Amino acid sequence: MIRDITIGQYYPSESVIHRLDARVKFIATIAYVVALFLFDTFWGFLPAAAWLLVIILVSGIPFRFILKGLKAVLFLLIFLAVFNTLMTPGEVLAQWWIFKITDKGLENAGFMSLRLSLLVVGSGMMTYTTTPSQLTAGMESIFRPLGIFKVPVHEVAMMMSIALRFIPILLEETDKIMKAQQARGADFESGNIFKRAKALIPVLVPLFVSAFRRAGELAEAMEARCYHGGKGRTKLHPLKFAARDYISLVLIVGFVVGMGFMP
Amino acid sequence: MLPCIGQEEARIERDKALVRFENVTFEYIRRDEEGNVDSITTALDDLSLHIKKGEFVAILGSNGSGKSTFARHINALLRPTEGKVLVAGYDTKSDKDTLEIRQRAGMVFQNPDNQIIAETVEEDVAFGPENMGMPVDEMQKRVEDSLRRVGLYKKRLESPNRLSGGQKQKVAIAGILAMRPECIIFDEPTAMLDPAGRRMIVETAHELNKKDGITIILITHNMEETVGADRIIVMEKGRIALEGTPRQVFSKGDSLRELGMELPAMTELAQRVGLDGCILTREEFVEAYKKAIR
Repeated sequence: MIRDITIGQYYPSESVIHRLDARVKFIATIAYVVALFLFDTFWGFLPAAAWLLVIILVSGIPFRFILKGLKAVLFLLIFLAVFNTLMTPGEVLAQWWIFKITDKGLENAGFMSLRLSLLVVGSGMMTYTTTPSQLTAGMESIFRPLGIFKVPVHEVAMMMSIALRFIPILLEETDKIMKAQQARGADFESGNIFKRAKALIPVLVPLFVSAFRRAGELAEAMEARCYHGGKGRTKLHPLKFAARDYISLVLIVGFVVGMGFMP
Repeated sequence: MLPCIGQEEARIERDKALVRFENVTFEYIRRDEEGNVDSITTALDDLSLHIKKGEFVAILGSNGSGKSTFARHINALLRPTEGKVLVAGYDTKSDKDTLEIRQRAGMVFQNPDNQIIAETVEEDVAFGPENMGMPVDEMQKRVEDSLRRVGLYKKRLESPNRLSGGQKQKVAIAGILAMRPECIIFDEPTAMLDPAGRRMIVETAHELNKKDGITIILITHNMEETVGADRIIVMEKGRIALEGTPRQVFSKGDSLRELGMELPAMTELAQRVGLDGCILTREEFVEAYKKAIR
């Protein structure tokens, strides 16, 4: 189950979206997230969802893969929906004990969950179609000016790309440790939330120990391959704007402006 | 005059060595919280040795014999406490030559996962050249060449997580080849692999040695993997315990056993059934056995 989480995972393909400049995709994602907050009627979801659908279709990523990513935030979605339904004041539609379902509550719940789903899928599209190293290269390039203020831009970018690469490895390891503990009688499924959290300690301790060991070994391997910080580094795929990147930028700007006029 | 020339020749011969250890001692100093010395472990003890260009050297030794410490000295991950290490003429003690050394002496580590940095195979292979600041055209060519060399060109766009252990080690090898090294150090590269992966990596190492003339230093636990080496060095407590060609080393079965090691299966079998000479491979065994029953 734990391996189902697909956020931050790259889905290899050769689509136009995959080949876009990482900076364009990064800016487009930010713009899309902003656009999701520009409207406050349900009509706004129509163009927002359609835009995303087109991107998904062009990118050639299977819907199953995308839904898996949404599954990871399912709990948060349900949580938001339930609380919005029950907590928003308005005209009462149904009542049981202290719980009231209001018309405004239902509307809010639907609105929030739709918005959050689009937000998660939309930002997920960036990581599915961009390798972490392209992504971090893009962010490094976008944020490079911050270097003037002594912000360690390259270092942060490097850390992020390594963190992303190790997500699946550490997830797999968590799974392995949990199974090993379960084989010896550990119980992660019963008891109240505190009991369950406590049961996770014997999983987290070995996981941390192994993560530190991995970090040490990785640092050594990086040093052994001449890594010495960002100074004088070149890139296998240097970022270069092509025609498709300019076109995409125009499209996304058009989209956001258009969304600005939505009711 | 004559002895002088002999010395001169010896000096030239020594200078030709790609890797030179001269009286190297290395101590791991453990300190307690106040910074006082808690314990000192001597990992290398007055070690001197030369490795020639193009040689295939296997290093054997039990756990804690200092073989990994030795490996880390060759590409300046560790620096000697005393003595000197020279790689292709560069002293590992000088900071400004560190990159020159690491470019010439690449290292393949034990854990395949913990040495792959990038998310796709080709980007990982390019990591070394990127650090060297290589021009893009040259880099792209070298990445392609290296991946073809280890037979993983088709997988260049895939995530390393989808590869087998042996293939991941091959990606690590390609990453070093892209830097055009003179020497590759394998630090127990097969310890976490299945038998097929092991064979694949050892074969690749031999091929790189024969076809490309790359010096190979193979550190291993596995006796079978050392059979094809030019020279075997057995280490014990930071010193050289035994040294010679595989045949010389494996004919000293008793001293090896004393050091906690066993002979390769074929050599052991040949000795048990009473065949003469030192037999290393299956083919040699079959040959000798046929001769014996005749």
